[in-house]
Amino acid sequence: MSQTQDITVTINGETIHATVPVRQNLADFLRNGQGLTGTHVGCEHGVCGACTLLMDDQTVRSCLTLAVQADGASITTIEGLGARPDTKALKAAFTNRNALQCGYCTPGMLASALEYIESGAPADRTAIREHLSGNYCRCTGYQSIVDAVCETIEGRQS
Amino acid sequence: MSGPLTDLDRPNSYIGRAVPRADAARLLEGRGRFVDDLQLPRMLHAAFLRSPYAHARVNGFDLEAARAVPGVHTILTGKDLEGVVEPYVGVLSHLAGLQSAPQMPMAVDVARWQGEPLVMVIAESRAIAEDALGLIEADLDPLDPVTDPEAALEPGAALIHDSLGSNLAWERTVDVGDVDAAFAADGVTTVERSFTFGRHTGVTLETRAAVAAFDPSTDQLTFWYSGQAPHMMQFIFAKHLGLMEEDVRVIAHDVGGSFGIKIHTYGDEVATAAAAKLLGRPIKFVADRLESFQTDIHARDHIVKGRMGLTADGKIAALEFDDITGIGPFSMYPRTSAIEANQVLNLTGAPYEIENYRARSRVVFQNKNLMCQYRAVGHPIAMAICDCLLEDAAREIGMDVAEVRRRNLMADDSYPRQSASGMKLADLSHQQSLEKLLEIMDYNGLRADQAQARKSGVYRGIGLVSMVEVTNPSPAFYGIGGAPIASQDGATVRLDAGGGLRISSSVTEQGQGTNGILAQIAADRFGIPIDRVRVTTGDTDTVPYGGGTWASRGAGIGGEAMLQAAVALRDQVLDVAAVMLQTEPSKLDIRDGAVTDLDGSERMTLSDLARTVYYRGNELPSDMKPELVATRHYRVTDFPFVFTNGAMAAQVEVDVETGMVKVLGFWAVEDCGRVINPMLVDEQVRGGVVQGIGGALYEECLYDEEGQLLNASMADYEVPMAAEMPDIVVAHVETPTRTSELGAKGAGEAGTGGAPAALMNAVNDALSPLGGRIHQMPMTPERILKALGTV
Amino acid sequence: MKAQDFRYERPSTMDEALAILADTDQEAQPLAGGQSLMPMMNFRLAAPDVLVDLGGVPELSGICEDNGEIVIGAMTRYRDLMASEMVARDVPLLAAALPHIAHPAIRNRGTLGGSLALSDPAAESPAVLLALGGSVDLRSASGQRSVAADEFFFGLYETARQPEELITAVRLPKAAPGHRFGFYEITRRHGDYAMIGVAVAQAPDWRIAFFSVAGTPLRATDAEAVLNADASDIDAAVAALASLEIDGDRHGDPAMKRHLAGVALRRAIGGMS
Repeated sequence: MSQTQDITVTINGETIHATVPVRQNLADFLRNGQGLTGTHVGCEHGVCGACTLLMDDQTVRSCLTLAVQADGASITTIEGLGARPDTKALKAAFTNRNALQCGYCTPGMLASALEYIESGAPADRTAIREHLSGNYCRCTGYQSIVDAVCETIEGRQS
Repeated sequence: MSGPLTDLDRPNSYIGRAVPRADAARLLEGRGRFVDDLQLPRMLHAAFLRSPYAHARVNGFDLEAARAVPGVHTILTGKDLEGVVEPYVGVLSHLAGLQSAPQMPMAVDVARWQGEPLVMVIAESRAIAEDALGLIEADLDPLDPVTDPEAALEPGAALIHDSLGSNLAWERTVDVGDVDAAFAADGVTTVERSFTFGRHTGVTLETRAAVAAFDPSTDQLTFWYSGQAPHMMQFIFAKHLGLMEEDVRVIAHDVGGSFGIKIHTYGDEVATAAAAKLLGRPIKFVADRLESFQTDIHARDHIVKGRMGLTADGKIAALEFDDITGIGPFSMYPRTSAIEANQVLNLTGAPYEIENYRARSRVVFQNKNLMCQYRAVGHPIAMAICDCLLEDAAREIGMDVAEVRRRNLMADDSYPRQSASGMKLADLSHQQSLEKLLEIMDYNGLRADQAQARKSGVYRGIGLVSMVEVTNPSPAFYGIGGAPIASQDGATVRLDAGGGLRISSSVTEQGQGTNGILAQIAADRFGIPIDRVRVTTGDTDTVPYGGGTWASRGAGIGGEAMLQAAVALRDQVLDVAAVMLQTEPSKLDIRDGAVTDLDGSERMTLSDLARTVYYRGNELPSDMKPELVATRHYRVTDFPFVFTNGAMAAQVEVDVETGMVKVLGFWAVEDCGRVINPMLVDEQVRGGVVQGIGGALYEECLYDEEGQLLNASMADYEVPMAAEMPDIVVAHVETPTRTSELGAKGAGEAGTGGAPAALMNAVNDALSPLGGRIHQMPMTPERILKALGTV
Repeated sequence: MKAQDFRYERPSTMDEALAILADTDQEAQPLAGGQSLMPMMNFRLAAPDVLVDLGGVPELSGICEDNGEIVIGAMTRYRDLMASEMVARDVPLLAAALPHIAHPAIRNRGTLGGSLALSDPAAESPAVLLALGGSVDLRSASGQRSVAADEFFFGLYETARQPEELITAVRLPKAAPGHRFGFYEITRRHGDYAMIGVAVAQAPDWRIAFFSVAGTPLRATDAEAVLNADASDIDAAVAALASLEIDGDRHGDPAMKRHLAGVALRRAIGGMS
């Protein structure tokens, strides 16, 4: 059996009260407890980046964050990214450049890319590649993802 | 404008265009349907105790404490599945002499690799199952592990399977021409090299995952899995769990990467299905990353001694090599673990005019994880053997590496023909591809840059590869040898009452864009806007029978079937329309979702036609039997495989102090025949190249002598990440295959197959002024510094 | 790969946290950023009975100056250190190391104190602490002490911190005009743990700390002595690395790593400012 604790967390703008096993990580809580299966689990040791989401507007690895640690926090998963101003353009760029194949890394990749875009950083391919270097994609070769981020930034500036 | 439209100016001309795929929208909203997303009522979760030893006798288990953990439902051992699961053996009759031993999902008497499943705990959650695993007392006697393939063949080596009498699983030789005489001829310069290709693995971002549900009232098993070949798995579950094939439904929705990893029979998955059958409750198994590294099939692991003779004018006089490969303790079921070695023998030297060719490969059992087909099966080994020997030999005689290829590549006008190993080849373009490559990379410019850089102590290198890729396999690949693997695929196209198309196909989608190109083909050939097409793949209950997606066959075979089905439905619809409009079918066309005259003027929408057929049949002549659905199947008949070709180049910079290799540029020219969607193909090529870069520079499953995997984590097994990867320039030569109307060949494996050789050549080119050379992959800093004699 | 169960405590003051650590006779583990501890727990390589989440203890975060030292609260996240003008100005060696630490999502959560408490021998922060000759403030329910960097690292994942103690802050000497610092690491991929790395300070005496060389970060005292005698004799400093006791790992045998240590040292010194 697992010890549990009550938490209150805002998920994609909605306030949620839940009782969670204290050992449950945030990714498992979102997926299994909340049915928000858009957050993907790829390694459970914080390396692959698939489970990256926004907690209080910062990217975190949800496999390395306990659900209880999210008590009082605001979580944005891929299901809720649409409320952010640059998301629409970024998703369009991902679609038009095929910056995703299997789509498994995509939720984490979008979160990391948005963090970069929202910071106001330039469309610098090297800097983008470094920023995304904690998000593993086995399908694309990364180039189209970098292209999509650049396109979004350039569109934002014009 | 009047008269029939050509392909290019038709409305709904989608083939050949960079059409974004519909699946992207779902995946970008987090609405994928991956196996672990599935929650079923009363579902239980499985976890496996795995052998901590590479080789051990299994005496038994004390399960008492584990059973007592609240939330644990059932614990099954290997013995418990005896009589429930019929053992499987990974042999095929066309690989003459291949032997393997019967395998069970969990070890029964002997565990033969670290990670082999021993005990299955089924509990209310994965966490609880793992709690119980920690409480199992396993009584195991370690046995001598056999890890080195060469030592495994020595007399007196411990046997992995006593019943087989040897650790040799399979051996094949090829001997063409007079190799000895060719090497001995005057003026022939011979280079001899020893290659080592490390083990690596697919590292799909979504791990293997399965949900099995069994309904005892109907004896039906439903198996959701993250995989590539639903019908193959249907057969396997039926045969080995004692079910009727029609009672097994296998579903593969979204698959988070596969690359060949998810096309095999894994004990975890068979045990999951068996347990679901025993318990009558749904069971989920999702491999964690540690389990993935320990049990997802590994690939490569070849040691090759090779030599090539080059005449003074740069012609290949002879090529010879001896390959040995370790495949783990079993040949993987049902595809076998001998295919990679077979491919190495078949493909080495296949781009070139070679008259004298001798090769041997030995496939050896060892106490490591199983080795089997992963993306570009055998290709990186085959391409590296030939093209690295070729560039080394060219260097030896002072010939430019592009020029030496010009002198040896098969001429573009020389097809159809055979390779030295007897492969039937057609519609290839090595010469044109090489010239295009040299142009897009600015070969001469890069050589000038290289010379300039060397003056300031910067060591850059340029390496090329000319390659072939096996795609669109015929039954000769597997079916001929008795494997339950369809070589043909089917497609169904149905016009629904609303005027949209519902299409389905037996090829599967793992992200490469199969669903998208099937929709493109159907919409294009039928004559309807692509946004009126909906696609179903990956469900044995609803799609036509077929092989699934592997060996770069989805577009070429599945696409051709779809094309034929769409054309057939178009004809059927026009027959109906002609009756309804009282004209001849030849005077009608379908454009943009409507039946039109040949000048394009609309006569009737498809919806009107379909509603009439479906709702108001009374308006049709009573002898008319309209069919608004068509199914077609397609297989390759004239060739064992439809080969593609490509030419690739890498530019690297070696930091000769640290041994680090930076890939400055990569160029790929690919001839995959008809390009259905250039955007998808280019990304496939790029992704393939990056996996090839992984194999060449980073990725290796490191085992110690005891057979312990040392780097089973994402932190320790290095895959390519964004920061280190170059931008990759992709260009195409299009030589459509004449085996199909569509003309498409595969493209998905080229990068992985070719990039390693180009990189090895580039690194050796960079090291050549320092006298260093390296023929081991991955080319790690330590190996490069050792090659330079620095350490 | 799910963590074993534990009792979760989230104190809101340091005293409360210390009381929990003091009271329990079970294995209690403080949780800082969790970026190293959580992977170990998921692998079940760490399985504490009690997890004491320090995320609710505000007094453990923050950066200030105290008597010529920059004092960094143990729970200060890498992200905040990277954004700190004080760190950039007064602890340039730390500032130079920060971008090499993992990836943005890890730096958003990871803390300096957590990294030092776990003391991964391949991590950057312990070597920075060692090269700067800083110190670590430790506190338990029964008292507090400060341990110099040279006495802090005991062995693989072992430090001077006792189970009932918390790292409360890290003290790093403020850079003075004329002080120079260099940092260099060799990684196969951006953000990886290094194959080898070195942090170098000339403040004004030389201190050189290597990481990813052994069970702990190592000071290259012989090389320091060479440079203290003649700062231009880099060849001799590199030669003096012969006395370092370097372990091999999957990246290379000790000879390979010693070679890389020399390369890293040259490049770090070459890049000093």
